[in-house]
Amino acid sequence: MRFTKLTKPGSVFLAGLASLFTMPAVHAEYALNMTESVTPIGRQLYGLHMLVFWICVGIGVVVFGAMAWSIIYHRKSKGAQPANFHESTTVEIIWTIVPLLILIGIAIPATGTLIDLEDAKTDAEITVQVTGIQWKWKYTYVDEDISFVSNLAQSSRDVMKDPIGNENYLLEVDEPLVLPVNKKVRFLFHSDDVIHAWWVPELAVKQDSIPGFINDSWALIEEPGTYRGQCAELCGKDHGFMPIVVEAVSEAEYEQWLVSKKEEAAAAASAAEQEWSMQDLVARGEEVYKANCSACHGVTGAGIPGAFPAMTGSAIINDPDPSAHIDIVVNGKAGTAMASYKGQLNDVDIAAVLTYERNALGNSVGDTIQPVAIKNAR
Amino acid sequence: MSTEITHDTAHDEHDHHGPAKGLMRWVTTTNHKDIGTLYLWLSFIMLLYGGAMAMVIRLELFQPGLQFVEPHFFNQMTTMHGLVMVFGAIMPAFVGLANWLVPMMIGAPDMALPRMNNWSFWILPFAFAILASTSFMEGGGPAFGWTFYAPLSTTYGPDSTDFFIFAVHLMGISSVMGSINIIATILNMRAPGMTLMKMPLFVWTWLITAYLLIAVMPVLAGAVTMMLTDRHFGTSFFDAAGGGDPVMFQHIFWFFGHPEVYIMILPAFGVISAIVPTFARKPLFGYSSMVYASASIAILSFMVWAHHMFTTGMPVAGELYFMYATILISVPTGVKVFNWVTTMWKGSMTFETPMLFALGFIVMFTIGGFSGLMLGVAPVDTQYHDTYFVVAHFHYVLVTGALYSIIAAFYYWVPKWTGHMYDETLGKIHFWWSTIAVNVLFFPQHFVGLAGMPRRIPDYSLQFAEFNQISSIGGFAFGLAQIFFLYIVIKTIKGGVKATDKVWEGATGLEFEELPSPPPYHSFTQAPQVK
Repeated sequence: MRFTKLTKPGSVFLAGLASLFTMPAVHAEYALNMTESVTPIGRQLYGLHMLVFWICVGIGVVVFGAMAWSIIYHRKSKGAQPANFHESTTVEIIWTIVPLLILIGIAIPATGTLIDLEDAKTDAEITVQVTGIQWKWKYTYVDEDISFVSNLAQSSRDVMKDPIGNENYLLEVDEPLVLPVNKKVRFLFHSDDVIHAWWVPELAVKQDSIPGFINDSWALIEEPGTYRGQCAELCGKDHGFMPIVVEAVSEAEYEQWLVSKKEEAAAAASAAEQEWSMQDLVARGEEVYKANCSACHGVTGAGIPGAFPAMTGSAIINDPDPSAHIDIVVNGKAGTAMASYKGQLNDVDIAAVLTYERNALGNSVGDTIQPVAIKNAR
Repeated sequence: MSTEITHDTAHDEHDHHGPAKGLMRWVTTTNHKDIGTLYLWLSFIMLLYGGAMAMVIRLELFQPGLQFVEPHFFNQMTTMHGLVMVFGAIMPAFVGLANWLVPMMIGAPDMALPRMNNWSFWILPFAFAILASTSFMEGGGPAFGWTFYAPLSTTYGPDSTDFFIFAVHLMGISSVMGSINIIATILNMRAPGMTLMKMPLFVWTWLITAYLLIAVMPVLAGAVTMMLTDRHFGTSFFDAAGGGDPVMFQHIFWFFGHPEVYIMILPAFGVISAIVPTFARKPLFGYSSMVYASASIAILSFMVWAHHMFTTGMPVAGELYFMYATILISVPTGVKVFNWVTTMWKGSMTFETPMLFALGFIVMFTIGGFSGLMLGVAPVDTQYHDTYFVVAHFHYVLVTGALYSIIAAFYYWVPKWTGHMYDETLGKIHFWWSTIAVNVLFFPQHFVGLAGMPRRIPDYSLQFAEFNQISSIGGFAFGLAQIFFLYIVIKTIKGGVKATDKVWEGATGLEFEELPSPPPYHSFTQAPQVK
């Protein structure tokens, strides 16, 4: 851009405005329209969206055109004399019937699409249970005995004060959901606490996960790639910080991933049998605490008075008998926001975070909690 | 037709005095004009209060990252902004207009139940004081959105939720009493000859609105009461762990909430139907179809609530029904827009400030209607739902719809109320400033919504940065424009060119044809005869 030629103050202002919108660090790939989908049903939705949009544009041209015509030509300053007509049954009937016909024209394709969209069950090849938890997602592969929790990536948490330049800020997770392409995947949605909504625009899936209900939806991904989304239903403080990442891979890569995931689970199980040192537990516990506990109880353990209790100086934590502390983390506290972590974290992680809470955040009980103790408490 | 406006002293001695002096005039008043003024001022204060919270929201969203507020506080801002604007700014403004205008439009001396009228107003400042006080409580104020979905608002709600529940109860009581008063006035106190089908459309739309209010405010009261017992008395209406149903909360809430959106727009239709004919110098086209369309919209508004819930996992048959019923509403709504445009057709139009705001209303409300039609198509709504596309939609219908009609009504009737013309130049500046700003504010939100930005998030990924920045700039400009409006309001009340009794060349209706500007404190002590 040749800004040097601009000399008038107005031009300088415009140039300033232009530079505001072309700030170098900010992504330039903003979109105006709905994200195009990589699933057949998503493409149907997109077509329907564009159909209704163009119908609206057409109606808008007619209505606003007539209005503009009146405003330009039927104004007093041009000497327009007012007519006195104020009723016409024929016209009224026409502009009731014509919109009705247009609506029927919209409703017919919409009905077919809706019926396809809601049919998650027919020919589904893989079933993934998606559980919404404040503020993360848990994925369980129903036929594979694989289950893991997906959190906002630490890379996003670290740059919240100044995220410019951080690729996929708030749209990155520690463990993505991996799915094969060209297979119909059925999702079962459920929630452990409040209502969440699992939304990945490119898969055209948005479904509420509701405590006490199991909803379903489906996707048949046709192109390998990484697809990102977010929770869409206000679910409390960190609603804006529970992203979704889906990695769509070839079937061979998917099979490989399943094997590695099972090996990981076996390794974790054997780690739980070992005796852990205080140092290792605290180090691991700090990571677990940041990802799972700090949203409510604070990075420093201060909590939020009136909403979330402080960790520092907590009576439960500082009790030399750890049984109440173990119980509240493993089983949660009914009627409060304190979730049960037995389904979310493994024995080592729970033992680590308990040890961390007892020996950091301003507490110094001095004992360690071993994974075996958690196993026994389950 | 009688033009008698002086008081008949023979049998009504106490009617001679004007308003009492000082503060007690406003506390003890039973006069519909005073109470109308109180409602309108409350509404303006709430507009600025809710607007200040919107400024905090737009400030935090100005750029990606968390710079100014914490997420928990941000959620309180979105929640309180919604509650204050819906219950504090828009609804009381229309009740204020009804108080001022309904008796003058139907030739009645006052509202039917003047003492109750006083009470229905004076509950509100206390209700909003309670609601506002929650922001200062430990744990913060309500942070679960103005729709307060369970279980986020029950099991997971902050302690201050109980104060929120009490405040909603008070607002509901106020609304129901106000509605009873309006219905009683319209049905019993019309001047001789003022048949139902001769009533101005503002009176008609308010009559219908009042019935909607009486029907749905108790439903809201029921919902918050069930919340209260879930929170404190061991019931499990909305708690799945106790056999309750969180989705039922949404059904109950939206059975209130959907008619509620028409409560906020039907009186606006009445205002626009008064202003457009005046400045087109041509009678309203299709008066009776306007009445029938308003009634159809009101009836349909009870049958479409679950279109807010297309992603909750309703059965296909339910989704199909709610989709058909929802898009059907665009037929009577379309009839209204067509009628307004045809009223302008072959008229002799001038463009004073009230007409500008009315034209702005028609264009931008229709844009909101288009996005509403798109949202009504259930399969695609699964992608629009809970995104900024929805935010853009309901701000087009509520800000450039309901709020614009209220501002238009102010400019249209304030010369009648005060006897002073507002400053036309300032009014036009207010219109163009607001209209440019509001489109810069809300139009880009369609784009970010379609591109995938969920609503009610304090921070967003970088791809949404440009449009959010533009939107924030529009937001600040729109906020400033309303401070400017406050200046215009005060200036007009304090003085200005003397308004004629008819005010506008093309004005019709009892308030313009039978009463001086300003009208006496007690008007129509003798009923006029309507031809």
